Amino acid sequence: MTSKKNWLSVPYLFWSGLFIIVPLGMVVYYGLTDRTGAFTLENITAIASAGHAKALRLSLLLSLISTVICFLLAYPLAMILAQVQVRRHNFIILIFILPMWMNFLLRTLAWQTLLEKNGVINHVLTFLHLPTLKIINTPAAIILGMVYNFLPFMILPLYNALAKIDPNVINAAHDLGAGHIHTFFRIILPLSIPGIISGITMVFIPALTTFVISSLLGGGKILLIGDVIDLEFTKTSNWHLGSGLSMVLMIFILVNMVLSAIFDKDGEGSML
Amino acid sequence: MRKNKKSFGKITFALAVSFTAVSLCGCASSDKGVNGQVIVYNWGEYIDPETIRMFEEETGIKVIYDEFETNESMYPKVESGAVAYDIACPSDYMISRMIENGMLSEINYNNMPNAKENIGEQYYEQSCGFDPENKYAIPYCWGTVGILYNKTMVDEPITRWEQLWDKKYADNILMQDSVRDAFMVAEKRNGDSMNTLDLTELTAAKNLLIEQKPLVQAYVVDQVRDKMIGGEAAIGVIYSGEAIYTQKENPDLVYVIPEEGTNIWIDAWVILKNAPNKENAEKFIDFMCRADIALMNFDYITYSTPNVAARELIEDESIKNSEIAFPDLSQYENLETYVYLGEDGDSLYNELWKEVKAH
Repeated sequence: MTSKKNWLSVPYLFWSGLFIIVPLGMVVYYGLTDRTGAFTLENITAIASAGHAKALRLSLLLSLISTVICFLLAYPLAMILAQVQVRRHNFIILIFILPMWMNFLLRTLAWQTLLEKNGVINHVLTFLHLPTLKIINTPAAIILGMVYNFLPFMILPLYNALAKIDPNVINAAHDLGAGHIHTFFRIILPLSIPGIISGITMVFIPALTTFVISSLLGGGKILLIGDVIDLEFTKTSNWHLGSGLSMVLMIFILVNMVLSAIFDKDGEGSML
Repeated sequence: MRKNKKSFGKITFALAVSFTAVSLCGCASSDKGVNGQVIVYNWGEYIDPETIRMFEEETGIKVIYDEFETNESMYPKVESGAVAYDIACPSDYMISRMIENGMLSEINYNNMPNAKENIGEQYYEQSCGFDPENKYAIPYCWGTVGILYNKTMVDEPITRWEQLWDKKYADNILMQDSVRDAFMVAEKRNGDSMNTLDLTELTAAKNLLIEQKPLVQAYVVDQVRDKMIGGEAAIGVIYSGEAIYTQKENPDLVYVIPEEGTNIWIDAWVILKNAPNKENAEKFIDFMCRADIALMNFDYITYSTPNVAARELIEDESIKNSEIAFPDLSQYENLETYVYLGEDGDSLYNELWKEVKAH
């Protein structure tokens, strides 16, 4: 590396030092100390207490379900996108990205208004003499919110991976006598694994750590691990416990990132 | 004890964080007024912004205004001293915690004629619960916590906390999403003190709340207003200050102070120990105690004012004598004010509350 390049990277190093390394260090410091400043592991082991463990299990379950749903919805769409002409697929991608230009909180709040007992959807259903929808303040509403908000993060890496597959490879498979199903499972799916892994990472991690979706669509009745951490920081002002639990959550995220680093060598996810 | 008017709990919080970041950067570089500045830390949407502008104009003191969402989020920020606030406006129990930890500076009433004159004697007496000699706190707003119900959606008038456990109102009940308020409801229903640290009483309260959970539509903070106005739920636990506003929007709503008793709270101005602009802080608080200013704030935030002179100025008789804004407290039994429970007490409540929420 030349000295000029080194000099150019200074602002970025400064930025990441100040806003990534320092805050992370503070989280670790708080997580490993108690109110008196003495070293303790209690904030970490607190994850094993009944309430916290339950919240973590529920978070894992809901984010897993959301990730699977996102994958099942996104994969066929990404395949279609990869096959249509360039001009048309740009338009389709735009449709999926467009909502992301709006604030994430507003979109989630909109779902609350839509799903409420006297909400828009139920008004329409009542008008049509159909039974009303009762999913607000249930885990189902939270999954809906997760899928809605994170779906684009699944589609784009999948699309990138699928678009990169050389059509000749698929043609060759057909020439050699493989049917569509066979080609899909033996050629397309394995070749798109980097995209799948990036997509899973990009949906699973935000879903696992969310507290906004669960508090807006769960009515405060469903406590996810993100809500517990939020509670510790904003309501009970126990920053130590909040930091300790965040560190536990980071372990899950790290595992996920290591997995994606192993499989996603081409950096499909970085296209976003 | 006040809750945000906007129905965006988390959003306001997120915005508050970003605004704080911005305003903190602002502190260093912004121009001071000709007579210096004063840094105020108050609840979100808890003041008529016009009054701040008037204060700046009249005194030449620049106001740097910052907002918090809960007492609990305010405390560590003030304690850490990351921002040298002059004034804060916490609730009763949090003030006693701050007094206990030596974080407040004594008030010099000689510099605050309005505070001395205009705030009703009874409110100073009430404040003695958390500030025994009225040395530190000047009442700003007060109120009760009660039940707001939609009379078109219930079979009989709601008068007791007990009715929040009635199965026929399943999915029609809104509870407060805050540990002390939620436990207060259960404790009062059991006839216990809302400041109890007795493990048997607390366990009983926790079990009641768990029993109630399936009936609760949602645990909310600010949204109780909008949801009640919109007829989304039949019964909600609400702060009296919000009740006046909701009734204006939806005349079917009725506010009651439950028979079992409830929480009566005071939010008060305090000057912090290390306030860099103590004199300006006194001027600011005294300005807020001026009758016309207190009236403007009352009109804006609709929380009961302890400012007797301001109440006299209210033109609308129905509000001036409103049972919600200015209830005759002598006819209610079992009204209690929260007291600070100590760190261990707080953790105990928080643990139990988490068990309820995670159940």
